[in-house]
Amino acid sequence: MKKIILLLVLTAAGLLAGGCAGPQFVRVQPWERGTLTDYTMRPDRAPLHTALAEHIYFSRESATGGRGVGGSGCGCN
Amino acid sequence: MYPDRHSATPRLLISPFIRAALGCAALLAAASLRAELKPGDAFPSLAAAQLAGGTVPATTGKIVVVDFWASWCGPCKVSFPALGKVAADYAARDVVVVGVSVDEKPEDYARFMKKFAPSFPALHDARQTLVRAVQVPTMPTTYILDRQGRVRAVHTGFHGATSDRRLRAEIESLLAEKS
Repeated sequence: MKKIILLLVLTAAGLLAGGCAGPQFVRVQPWERGTLTDYTMRPDRAPLHTALAEHIYFSRESATGGRGVGGSGCGCN
Repeated sequence: MYPDRHSATPRLLISPFIRAALGCAALLAAASLRAELKPGDAFPSLAAAQLAGGTVPATTGKIVVVDFWASWCGPCKVSFPALGKVAADYAARDVVVVGVSVDEKPEDYARFMKKFAPSFPALHDARQTLVRAVQVPTMPTTYILDRQGRVRAVHTGFHGATSDRRLRAEIESLLAEKS
């Protein structure tokens, strides 16, 4: 019987968690993305850091590039 | 015949499950209550939205273009000259263009207004009450309202000449309707 209770509780918890995970509850709304678009949110905001990271990446992986996605997180349009 | 010792137990055990299901249903209902505006829906009153930065133009009996924008939104900036031209071209034909900024910081709104000086009313939804009521799907989003204040078209994003052409076609279509 305890197993049934546990199963029911887990099912209920799963359903609740599923409901809470909807985009309406966890998504940063389009009008709330001012902070995400800030310059400080750009991954390439520090040229020296980018160059060093690229050098390390090249040294370790014998590969370069792949950092072409720029900009910050407005998600506009 | 012996009484079933287990018959009463499952009924009691169902209760947390039902409670959980009801909770889940309530969450989903709450989510659906805050759904985006679709064509055919009534648009919330602009006058009641307590918009800052100027007075809301008279919209009663007019075709209204409501554009939600933000100072941090690149396509919004690009859309402003096109919207300004639409406002100027249709001003004499009872079409009103209203921009609604969703900037969280009043200084960002003020800086943008100073720099770009839009030719149409661009107000500030400082408390973000209107945008929450409308639930815009992306930035920018433009709503075209008919003379009864109902949403007739929704433009998400701004895609240059394509958006401009569609916007004008929809305004012309509304103008062609009998008021």
